[in-house]
Amino acid sequence: MADFLQPQTLHAALEARAAHPDYLPIAGCTDVMVGFSHQAQPTGFIDLFGLAEIQGICADDGHISIGAATTYGDILKDPLVYESFPVLSEAIREIGAVQIQERGTLGGNLGTCSPVGDTLPVLLALDAQVHVASSKRGSRLVPINDFIVGYRKNALAEDELIVEIKMPLAPEGTQQYWRKVGTRRAQSISKLMMCVVGRLNGKDVEHIRIALGAVAAAPMRVEKTEAVLAGQALHEETILAAQDTLASEITPIDDVRSSAVYRKEVACNLLGRFLNDLGGA
Amino acid sequence: MKIDFTLNGEQREIDVTPMSRLLDVLRCDFELTGSKEGCGEGECGACTVFVDGKAVNSCLIPVAQMQGREVRTVESLASNEMLSDVQQALIKFGGTQCGICTPGIAMMASAALEAEPNASRARMRELMAGNLCRCTGYQLIIDAVISAAEARRRHG
Ligand SMILES: Cc1cc2nc3c(=O)[nH]c(=O)nc-3n(C[C@H](O)[C@H](O)[C@H](O)COP(=O)(O)OP(=O)(O)OC[C@H]3O[C@@H](n4cnc5c(N)ncnc54)[C@H](O)[C@@H]3O)c2cc1C
Ligand code: FES
Ligand code: FES
Repeated sequence: MADFLQPQTLHAALEARAAHPDYLPIAGCTDVMVGFSHQAQPTGFIDLFGLAEIQGICADDGHISIGAATTYGDILKDPLVYESFPVLSEAIREIGAVQIQERGTLGGNLGTCSPVGDTLPVLLALDAQVHVASSKRGSRLVPINDFIVGYRKNALAEDELIVEIKMPLAPEGTQQYWRKVGTRRAQSISKLMMCVVGRLNGKDVEHIRIALGAVAAAPMRVEKTEAVLAGQALHEETILAAQDTLASEITPIDDVRSSAVYRKEVACNLLGRFLNDLGGA
Repeated sequence: MKIDFTLNGEQREIDVTPMSRLLDVLRCDFELTGSKEGCGEGECGACTVFVDGKAVNSCLIPVAQMQGREVRTVESLASNEMLSDVQQALIKFGGTQCGICTPGIAMMASAALEAEPNASRARMRELMAGNLCRCTGYQLIIDAVISAAEARRRHG
């Protein structure tokens, strides 16, 4: 019978992780349990669901931190999140239905690191940092851009756990935008997700982050497109140049859900819409 | 592995494989066959139960995670042989046909009415989006839930 560990403290969880690198950490199990009986079984499990030390939301020194084992349901109820990061609340509201939101966690979305993980483009656009820890080496803060490594692959070492996700509060005047283009509003696997965060200083683009999901093996920031915009005055030519760069920067695939051409076109239209709004505001 | 938890108000203990699905333990070990398996993948909601008061899919929960928790199934909705208001409304409005989805619908609707008693029709559809029904076309289900909500408001 597989071993099942239920550590009551983060310290105990990290010790268990170091002692059993072959055990699978689990939280809400909304990824782990899908198709579970058809897969190779790990020899043991480390249960993190309900581990108080990595649950909850707090604000400190210009950041908001969300514990890895905080459920989507609890994140949606928190005014700190929906007031500071409306894009995160919007993205989460479209993840699964109520029953999934009551179990699924932010740490689980990062753990799975799927190309269609809905929170990942948002965390990329918000410059989030992932606080991970190991019992031997202590804590480190990994910028989300480095944490996402590839197709269902993240930068977590085999003795590490995700502790919390930290997001810097944005200065006044920063605009946030989120769109998930799918087939059904709730519960759809996306054709494309896009999150943009930007701020103007006068007419000039002072800050811009553009992140997409479902257009590559992993959610990604389009840094070339960002570079076309950064520091430039926002007018029609800049917007067109950014859209051109975006079209060549992403390499979506044709699959059962959508064609590559369609995905590129949608991405460019969404970016245009955000930039026009940003310029007009 | 031994697991202690509260099931429909009673303290229970069971010795099971930790990663067994809560759904299977409820149906096979406790013979509570009200919770149904529609998909086994979190998509249909037929297996909806309450854990610590929250509506969740029991097909995606390893039973070991229920240690010390409070589980309620559809069997707990009726009291003294009296169906709950939501269950009665589902019958009255024709919100049930083959019945496979109905236990999950009754559970999710009960949770939704607790959480958001004044939800609009559109919001109620959203709250119920994790419960699929192949028979009724949903209108009659939502009619039933909205009428139960109105009745609760009338009777305080
Ligand atoms: C019906 C259905 C609909 C869904 N819809 C969506 C959707 O619209 N958008 C979307 O993005 N996802 C969706 N999902 C996927 C899933 O709900 C999310 O990815 C969720 O965030 C996973 O969280 P969890 O706590 O359930 O993770 P689990 O399944 O418990 O774990 C997932 C992975 O993360 C690892 N992990 C978890 N916590 C930690 C930690 N603290 N440290 C290290 N590793 C950890 C685990 O080892 C595992 O590899 C859906 C799933 C279902 C079943
Ligand atoms: S059987 Fe659990 S959601 Fe379908
Ligand atoms: S009544 Fe048959 S599935 Fe809903």
